[in-house]
Amino acid sequence: MVQERPLPTFQASSPPVSKEQALTIYEDMVLGRYFEDKCAELYQRGKVKGFVHLYNGQEAVCSGVVKAMRSDDYVCSTYRDHVHALSAGVSARAVMAELFGKETGCSKGRGGSMHMFSKEHNMLGGFAFIGEGIPVALGAAFQSRYRRDAMGDANADQVTASFFGDGTTNNGQFFECLNMAALWKLPILFVVENNKWAIGMAHERAASQPEIYKKASVFGMPGYEVDGMDVMAVRAVAETAIARARAGEGPTLLECLTYRYRGHSVADPDELRSAEEKKFWRDRDPIKRFEAYLLEQALTSEADLKAVRDKITFVVEDALTFAEESPDPNPADLYKYIFAED
Amino acid sequence: MAQTFLFDALREAIDEEMARDQTVMVMGEDVGQYGGSYKVTKDLYDKYGELRVLDTPIAENSFTGMGIGAAMTGLRPIIEGMNMGFLLLAFNQISNNAGMLRYTSGGNFKIPVVIRGPGGVGSQLGAEHSQRLEAYFQAVPGLKIVACSTPRNAKGLLKAAIRDDNPVLFFEHVLLYFNKEDLPDDEYILPLDKAEMVRTGKDVTILTYSRMRYHVMQAVASLEKKGYDPEVIDLISLKPIDYDTIGESIRKTHRVIIVEECMRTGGIAAEIIASINDRFFDELDGPVIRMSSQDIPTPYNKGLENLTIVQPAQIEETVEKIMQSRL
Ligand SMILES: Cc1ncc(C[n+]2csc(CCOP(=O)(O)OP(=O)(O)O)c2C)c(N)n1
Ligand SMILES: [Mg+2]
Repeated sequence: MVQERPLPTFQASSPPVSKEQALTIYEDMVLGRYFEDKCAELYQRGKVKGFVHLYNGQEAVCSGVVKAMRSDDYVCSTYRDHVHALSAGVSARAVMAELFGKETGCSKGRGGSMHMFSKEHNMLGGFAFIGEGIPVALGAAFQSRYRRDAMGDANADQVTASFFGDGTTNNGQFFECLNMAALWKLPILFVVENNKWAIGMAHERAASQPEIYKKASVFGMPGYEVDGMDVMAVRAVAETAIARARAGEGPTLLECLTYRYRGHSVADPDELRSAEEKKFWRDRDPIKRFEAYLLEQALTSEADLKAVRDKITFVVEDALTFAEESPDPNPADLYKYIFAED
Repeated sequence: MAQTFLFDALREAIDEEMARDQTVMVMGEDVGQYGGSYKVTKDLYDKYGELRVLDTPIAENSFTGMGIGAAMTGLRPIIEGMNMGFLLLAFNQISNNAGMLRYTSGGNFKIPVVIRGPGGVGSQLGAEHSQRLEAYFQAVPGLKIVACSTPRNAKGLLKAAIRDDNPVLFFEHVLLYFNKEDLPDDEYILPLDKAEMVRTGKDVTILTYSRMRYHVMQAVASLEKKGYDPEVIDLISLKPIDYDTIGESIRKTHRVIIVEECMRTGGIAAEIIASINDRFFDELDGPVIRMSSQDIPTPYNKGLENLTIVQPAQIEETVEKIMQSRL
């Protein structure tokens, strides 16, 4: 028997979202799932190269947080970043084209899978190294506070969400940034996607205190433990944290308990995780669960949901065609984008 | 004699040294239960236990510092950078403490640590996973820097590095782990400070290291057919550089091309050219030519990536041009 950490329960008295919001969230989750399935297929076919880390299973975390944010808020991810980019509003076409290394990719084919950027969508990356995105996100949050309090811009109430994994919370940058965020009351959400593993390292073998949300208290900030397979539960705490950040009250740490269905990257043999453990989490699939919730609450019909799935199937196919037909970067542009003037 | 992959040759070196000396241990991310990201420590966890093959959290600067502290106090840690690039996070410990501490302590402590792992430009791994830190680290005093390139030299050099009383940065290359070769049955150790003569010739000296050795040899294969006779030297030791071997070669060929994978600015070749000018200027028939990677973050796109590193055809062309200008 795998001893799983008990998932916290979440009860909302009435449906906390409108039908329209529900369908937006659902669409976002389905997009994340279908897009990644397509990536896996394309990698097998040799179309997509390099290190590719897929997000399957974790959709409730990204959709739960990002869809509770405004479009002018900031999102910062890791190397497992395709879906955060999509949720932040980057088109499936631009993300897919990036995976193909094409000029039309959101990073112009220079970045690849681990480096999704979009200034237009306040998507700050896309970072291949562990933990390095957290200080960058902190910088964006500092910028919001600076604009508001040093430059007198009352509209500068943007919030930043920094996503990263359980393994990353053992890196110094995590602790250093929690300290500074609390110290300066920065408008940031530290969203830990605790999927129990850092490649082949089980979380409890790497962390002396595996309950990550508890680490917030040392820095005097709220920390929440959330069922990361329940998009409504994630959204509820995200809303609380976002409201706090926007009001200038400071940061929040969210630990979302979740699971990645696939290996660490498409190249990972994934030999250490038990079938039993995988089943435990697959049985809690966030998309199926949200579908059941929506139907049970009579927020949507099966026909509505099917329409969303059909639409996304088309969006992903369209992204693939677009990426395939897009041009490669011009070899003459090898030195373009090194300096600001290019 | 057994055909051995490069990653297995490294594994054998570690296994043999751990069996021989109880103070030798391995630490790093996923070196234990997972067996290492390139399987260099496969099965050693089962054989030696969790303290001698220590799975660390993702905390490069701190576990590198820990390795240094353990080395100061009597152990011989082998620190694996899951990718050498990640050791940018450990730059402080590698520079200040691995490199300089013996000196700042006035010789009180020695630091017998090996810091090893995969580096170099792979296949579309993106800029952060395509780093060539040898160039960044070469300025740090007190470090020895070695780049292996064949299963045979990988094993002999790693054993030497483990036994060396100084900190050794040991570079492997992501694209060479599956190179295969017959290894000697008997134990052997190779010197850390000697270049390897890959091919003797009289026309021009080509200095290279790590994976670029193979690009050079590809070029040489077709140059041979055209009647050229280049000499190829694998530097092996990037710090200190083996100027004895280089000097001997220059006295014979009077022409030098350096082919490297690191970026042009501040690269390994930049340092070698300056030293060749200091030592062998009178022997040269022309300026030393360097062929390096472009001064850009390695792009993901395959076409741009190929343009970023030196290709065999370019080496061939350069040798031909040099030889023609000589006639
Ligand atoms: C500085 C640095 N060290 C090591 C790595 C190699 N690496 C990539 S992902 C990973 C595990 C990260 O686990 P976690 O933070 O839990 O995120 P997950 O992959 O599970 O989403 C490691 C060790 C890296 N990319 N950067
Ligand atoms: Mg994880």
